[in-house]
Amino acid sequence: MPASSPRTAYLRGLRTALPFVIVVGPFGLLFGVVGTEAGLNIAQVMGFTVLVIAGASQFTALQLMSDNAPTLIVIASALAVNLRMAMYSASLAPHLGAAPVWQRALIAYMNVDQTYALAHADYEAAPDQTVAAKVAFFFGTATPIIPVWVIATWVGIVVGEAVPPALGLDFAVPITFIALIAPALRTLAHVAAALTSVVMAVALSFLPWNLWLLAAGLAAMIVGAEVERRMGARG
Amino acid sequence: MNYSNGDLWLIILALGLGTFLIRFSFLGFLGNRVLAPRLLRHLRYTAVGILPAMVTPLILWPEVTGGALDPVRITAAALALSVGLWTRNAIWAIVVGMGGLWGLGLIVP
Repeated sequence: MPASSPRTAYLRGLRTALPFVIVVGPFGLLFGVVGTEAGLNIAQVMGFTVLVIAGASQFTALQLMSDNAPTLIVIASALAVNLRMAMYSASLAPHLGAAPVWQRALIAYMNVDQTYALAHADYEAAPDQTVAAKVAFFFGTATPIIPVWVIATWVGIVVGEAVPPALGLDFAVPITFIALIAPALRTLAHVAAALTSVVMAVALSFLPWNLWLLAAGLAAMIVGAEVERRMGARG
Repeated sequence: MNYSNGDLWLIILALGLGTFLIRFSFLGFLGNRVLAPRLLRHLRYTAVGILPAMVTPLILWPEVTGGALDPVRITAAALALSVGLWTRNAIWAIVVGMGGLWGLGLIVP
């Protein structure tokens, strides 16, 4: 692949990311609706969306807050859902580590599932691009995705105020989680982790302060990692 | 929901800052350090390890029914899971799951 200028890299990133607006928009919308229904005001819902930009952890926090879990448990559980992003950060570091720190900070802020996946795939396909081109590509992918996420949430807030409770939106949160999990069940290790998670959630449901959630998550991570290790060892 | 305005903002700011630090970690100050394969293996299963635990009680003991098993919700959840596994598409899973909830809600009193 010929070396591309930052400008063409930016536009390529933009084009690659455009279709994913269809995925990001509905999630933002849903968070706006459900957050409003749960009793957050506009500033609080937008605060989540702008400062956190991580749908799954935002829905986790929202669900625990609906159960009136202790503040620390809400924060710890929602952050635990985001731990996978340390892995994203580590896998982008060899490509972007030489960029100026303000660019790396901006990239970190906008490093969501979609921008990460697109950028990582592009860097793997064309590892010889300049750092500037790689940074530009990342900003290109973020250009449609981040604003659509924010605007969709805001639309969700406006719409949410008009949604009657009879629509069963309380169930939108578990359905959203299932929708996020199902496509991720790619390997036996992922399935084993998910099943452990379900079984432990039921078995440990007596634990106070929603601690069963962190305990089940930890057990599931250990099982997933162990199954992966054994499968790898065999193959 | 029973939190003061201050508590809510504490949650939002802590979650925002914590998430940023997780994302900035290697990109920002750990550089090209290679993650121990063992740690990497565990990180891969964080989302798929926590989210199912989160979902299970919401489906089995929903608050709206006072904690009683609800065949409509269990069926809707099963529909969402099947479609998600089959299409590998989160949006379709949501559409079919919520569609199932509303559709079955009309049939089952």
